[in-house]
Amino acid sequence: MTDANGADFITLERVSKRFGTFQALREVSLSVARGERIVICGPSGSGKSTLIRCINRLEEHDAGRIVVDGHELTRDLKEIEAVRREVGMVFQQFNLFPHLTVLENCTLAPIWVRRMPRREAEDLAMRYLERVRIPEQARKYPGQLSGGQQQRVAIARSLCMSPRIMLFDEPTSALDPEMVKEVLDVMVELAAEGMTMLVVTHEMGFARTVADRVVFMDAGEIVETAPPEPFFANPRSERLRQFLAQILRH
Amino acid sequence: MTGPALSWLRANLFNGWVNSAVTLALLYILAGLAIDIAGWAVADAVWSLPAGDSAACRAEGAGACWGFIAQTHRFLLFGTYPVAEQWRPALASALFVALYAVSAPRRFWRRELLVVWVVGLALIFGLMGGGVAGLTVVPASQWGGLPVTLILATIGIAGAFPLAVLLALGRQAKGLPAIRTLCVIYIELIRGVPLISLLFMASVMLPLFLPAGLTIDKLMRAQIAIVLFAAAYLAEVIRGGLQSLPKGQYEAADALGLGYWRKMGLVILPQALRLVIPPLVNTFIGLFKDTSLVLIIGIYDLLNAAKTTVVDPVWLGFGVEAYLTVAAIFFVFCFAMSRYSQRLEVDLNQGVRR
Ligand SMILES: Nc1ncnc2c1ncn2[C@@H]1O[C@H](COP(=O)(O)OP(=O)(O)O)[C@@H](O)[C@H]1O
Ligand SMILES: [Mg+2]
Repeated sequence: MTDANGADFITLERVSKRFGTFQALREVSLSVARGERIVICGPSGSGKSTLIRCINRLEEHDAGRIVVDGHELTRDLKEIEAVRREVGMVFQQFNLFPHLTVLENCTLAPIWVRRMPRREAEDLAMRYLERVRIPEQARKYPGQLSGGQQQRVAIARSLCMSPRIMLFDEPTSALDPEMVKEVLDVMVELAAEGMTMLVVTHEMGFARTVADRVVFMDAGEIVETAPPEPFFANPRSERLRQFLAQILRH
Repeated sequence: MTGPALSWLRANLFNGWVNSAVTLALLYILAGLAIDIAGWAVADAVWSLPAGDSAACRAEGAGACWGFIAQTHRFLLFGTYPVAEQWRPALASALFVALYAVSAPRRFWRRELLVVWVVGLALIFGLMGGGVAGLTVVPASQWGGLPVTLILATIGIAGAFPLAVLLALGRQAKGLPAIRTLCVIYIELIRGVPLISLLFMASVMLPLFLPAGLTIDKLMRAQIAIVLFAAAYLAEVIRGGLQSLPKGQYEAADALGLGYWRKMGLVILPQALRLVIPPLVNTFIGLFKDTSLVLIIGIYDLLNAAKTTVVDPVWLGFGVEAYLTVAAIFFVFCFAMSRYSQRLEVDLNQGVRR
């Protein structure tokens, strides 16, 4: 899929990744257009995390090409930095910095990477904390917040760097059920504003309402890619049928 | 005595006649010891003596000879520093204590504190060495006692700490095998050698390798040896802290694009160092006491000064008093460090629930 300029926003071409002798990704190809929302699902260990972590170089791919908004990911540190400035990431375990307050978590990168004056960075952070609906927690430490609140802070922290792409790696999997919705709501809003998003999740409701395309991975391969409607209604492969049967049974 | 205390006593010390008998016997022995020590240290002690005359201390039944400490305390504290100038090392020691005191509260931990330290150390070395502001020159070979101990320990810690951070980071650097190997070799080599042999090397071998004409005084050489030695141990302590942080902290910092030095300086080290405050301070305390090993190469630190006073024929045999005094001074500094670290740990972990 291509955007208005005729160029992909994110391109993965035959990307492979091994951990020792274990092949985590096998020649995966995927193109994402500007503003597109992709949901990635698949059984545990199928390489979903590895795939999106290759996009901001938390993992280094062994073969193939990854290009993010014109920056190809190679050993070149300048290019890696450029990509990381454009790509925000939200982790399953939040990974907030426990020694910093919520506000300091959010202003750290704008101040030190974007060289933004402190006051300006704090104003920006407060705006995003309001958007994720926890401005009143700004002076607290992450350890004093609930899981859902921490994950929303993590989203705000990423947004403070004004990323053009957001990666989510099972953002609701570590949350108690009653907190899942508050995080998904924030993500839905973000999608509505046109953010390019790659979301690894098993929240099929989210996939149905938000995704432009749903990607199914198994054993390090992309098995099937389709818009949510056909994806859930007419799975083509046997593997996806089985997977859907399993997760939709609950 | 309150009820719980009484029942604790009964349950633990007087349950059954064997235990009661053992308890009573031990109490008897302890009380006897306490009375003996108090008698020696206070009741029978000789507090003042005529100058240079130890006869009263040698009399039958005399206790601790504190009069000896009273007479030799200047040498004990300042070693061979010229007597007329001894206000200078006294002031230098006081400056050290003042520097420790202003560095303690967390609200003073700002960039200005670094300036305070640079100025403070400049004043201390100016006072000790002289040659400025009309002070007569006193070469380092004549420095001694408490200020020497404080210099060796303070500069030892201040110099070793940044070096240790770099070594620990180097040992963790995944992408740089050469640097990593260098750091491992350094740490293992230094840790494999006793400090005494490093001090010997610094005092005997180092001058052989220096170009002719260039000499570094003995104190400086010992100082360098102490810094290099302490850095290896501190590096391993810090590495422990680096390793105990969850991988997610590194990844979150990477994902934000912080870059290596900011990631380490703003996210990783502040957390890692907090985690290792107890072993860190343990190493500091060890280092503070280890500085006394410099007496091996003839530097007059506190311990060596004490040792020297006891060699004087007049005071022969009063080693216990001299060493107790030195031990008390060491204890005050080490205990203060220990208590401070406990408070700091509580302070720093406020609000940080893990
Ligand atoms: N750092 C690593 N070292 C070794 N194996 C890894 C590492 N990270 C992931 N793997 C393996 O790669 C496979 C894919 O992992 P991952 O991408 O996390 O799967 P998913 O997110 O789909 O559950 C798993 O079998 C996992 O054990
Ligand atoms: Mg995963």
